[in-house]
Amino acid sequence: MTDAAASTLDGVSEPEGKTLLSWESRSRRLVTVYLPLICFLIVLLFPFYWMAITAFKPDAELLDYKNNNPFFIQHATFENIRKLLFDTEYPRWLLTTMGVAIGSTFLSLFASVLAAYAIQRLRFRGSTYVGLAIYLAYLVPPSILFIPLATMVFQLGLFDTPAALILTYPTFLIPFCTWLLIGYFKSIPYELEECALIDGATRLQILRRITLPLAVPGLISAGIFAFTLSWNEFIYALAFIQSSEKKTVPVAILTELVTGDVYQWGALMAGSLLGSLPVAIFYSFFVEYYVSSLTGAVKE
Amino acid sequence: MDATASWTYQRPTQTALGRFFDNRAVLVFFCMLPAAGLLLIFLTYPLGLGFWLAFTDTQIGRSGEWVGLENFQSILHDRVFLNTVWWTTFYTVVATVGKFALGLWLALLLNENLPFKSLLRAIILLPFIVPTVLSAIAFWFLYDPQFSIISYLLVDVLHWRDTYIDFLGNPWSARWSLIAANIWRGIPFVAITLLAGLQTISPSLYEAALLDGASSWQRFRRITVPLLMPILAVVLTFSVLFTFTDFQLVYAITRGGPIDSTHLMATLAFQRAIPGGQIGEGSAIAVAMIPFLIFATLFSYFALARRKWQQGEGND
Repeated sequence: MTDAAASTLDGVSEPEGKTLLSWESRSRRLVTVYLPLICFLIVLLFPFYWMAITAFKPDAELLDYKNNNPFFIQHATFENIRKLLFDTEYPRWLLTTMGVAIGSTFLSLFASVLAAYAIQRLRFRGSTYVGLAIYLAYLVPPSILFIPLATMVFQLGLFDTPAALILTYPTFLIPFCTWLLIGYFKSIPYELEECALIDGATRLQILRRITLPLAVPGLISAGIFAFTLSWNEFIYALAFIQSSEKKTVPVAILTELVTGDVYQWGALMAGSLLGSLPVAIFYSFFVEYYVSSLTGAVKE
Repeated sequence: MDATASWTYQRPTQTALGRFFDNRAVLVFFCMLPAAGLLLIFLTYPLGLGFWLAFTDTQIGRSGEWVGLENFQSILHDRVFLNTVWWTTFYTVVATVGKFALGLWLALLLNENLPFKSLLRAIILLPFIVPTVLSAIAFWFLYDPQFSIISYLLVDVLHWRDTYIDFLGNPWSARWSLIAANIWRGIPFVAITLLAGLQTISPSLYEAALLDGASSWQRFRRITVPLLMPILAVVLTFSVLFTFTDFQLVYAITRGGPIDSTHLMATLAFQRAIPGGQIGEGSAIAVAMIPFLIFATLFSYFALARRKWQQGEGND
């Protein structure tokens, strides 16, 4: 009787009841599900918490664990942030990174939309092989391309310019975006295009007036992904950019802020925090798109 | 009133240019041009150029001459390189196993009926979103010999140890520290993609197995694992590929040190080619990664093919 009451109570609180079986009591669930989950969350988030509180700690607290509880801030200070923004070229780096990310994202989106449309909708002979080739291109990692690319960039006279990054980032962005958009175009009913064809629309009109407006969610996903990937890119930016003021944020923090033997942890953490925030904020607005593109790309 | 007006549809005017672009071959050509052009110039050509450079003695600022297999012979006798190959493989295997074990566990946890599911998913992806170098810097601080909070916890709070750990000071502790950071960074990707795979498994299968009296381990082993296998294979390939060619974590945390013990092939190639100026030798090291990558790619291709066959799709 009490068992029956308990089970109905559980049934009410969790109506889906998929995993909640009679033998799976609340305490068991607490130990097997919530406890490990909380451990995962703590481990996954702790570095960010640490980054954030270090950025706002005064040096005295930062270097003295004995008298200050290191997990909290006693006297928050904006000194690290101020130093970063006014004594270094951080704003420049941020602007460069933003410009490079936006430029390469739009370039890749433009190229990918056209390519995906041609592969998925125009269906020329051998289009499946082109699709496969683009998929394979995604498997070529930047780590084996950066040396020859560096020599090319040098010969083209692009060394130490943002253009070098805007032109090379699409090598990993286009394959991903094209693959994603092929999957997206596949989900748009072909009948819509047939109707437009019968009404006498040209292929380009169809692309512009019918397919693209319907593919906006796919475009957003691809764009977000491309933006974060180019924001996070490191190896090309490290190899192709030399002068301090043209560096991107990840490279600049590692090469410009790390000076001497005594590391300025406060400034480093403040720089990391500020460098992470734009992508994190951008991401938080479009989480659902991001997750769907991440999982969609793997499923395709 | 104007019911007929809406029917007077005006046929789109076709200019000569419009007709030109309506030709399918022309359209395909112009649609493929930007993507194919960029990829051929900045991906295919450098790939070939990399091979060529590996057989030359090119240095920065000096074009090289063909030297045949000399670069490969010299790196094969280079203890640092051989050590790097071994360590790169070890790093890839251990980090991948760790990522998948923990990632799968997290995915299974997230697949339970939880409150705030989408919020949780968003939070868990954070380590994947944040630029790797920046989170690596946070790890660098966590591994600091003097101010490591991990040492502080172990020594001053829990009293489990007497001395602070010198995480990055000797080869093995530096290696394990890097593997831990890599696993931390990789868990979200694995967990979220596998979660997507788990959600495609129909609950009725579990119900049927329950009615047949299957234990939770049997349900996991006989239903979850086989149905997750195709997506697992794809995620595994990507994970192996990107762990093997990893650069950022090692470059940011140890720069290959102490005494070259944590160089991955990518960081060693960088070290030799860009600051060292030996483009030819660096290229040879990068080219040496390719056999491993081909292996991973073939694995992925067959996993994908198998998946299509399972779904009963045609070959389109």
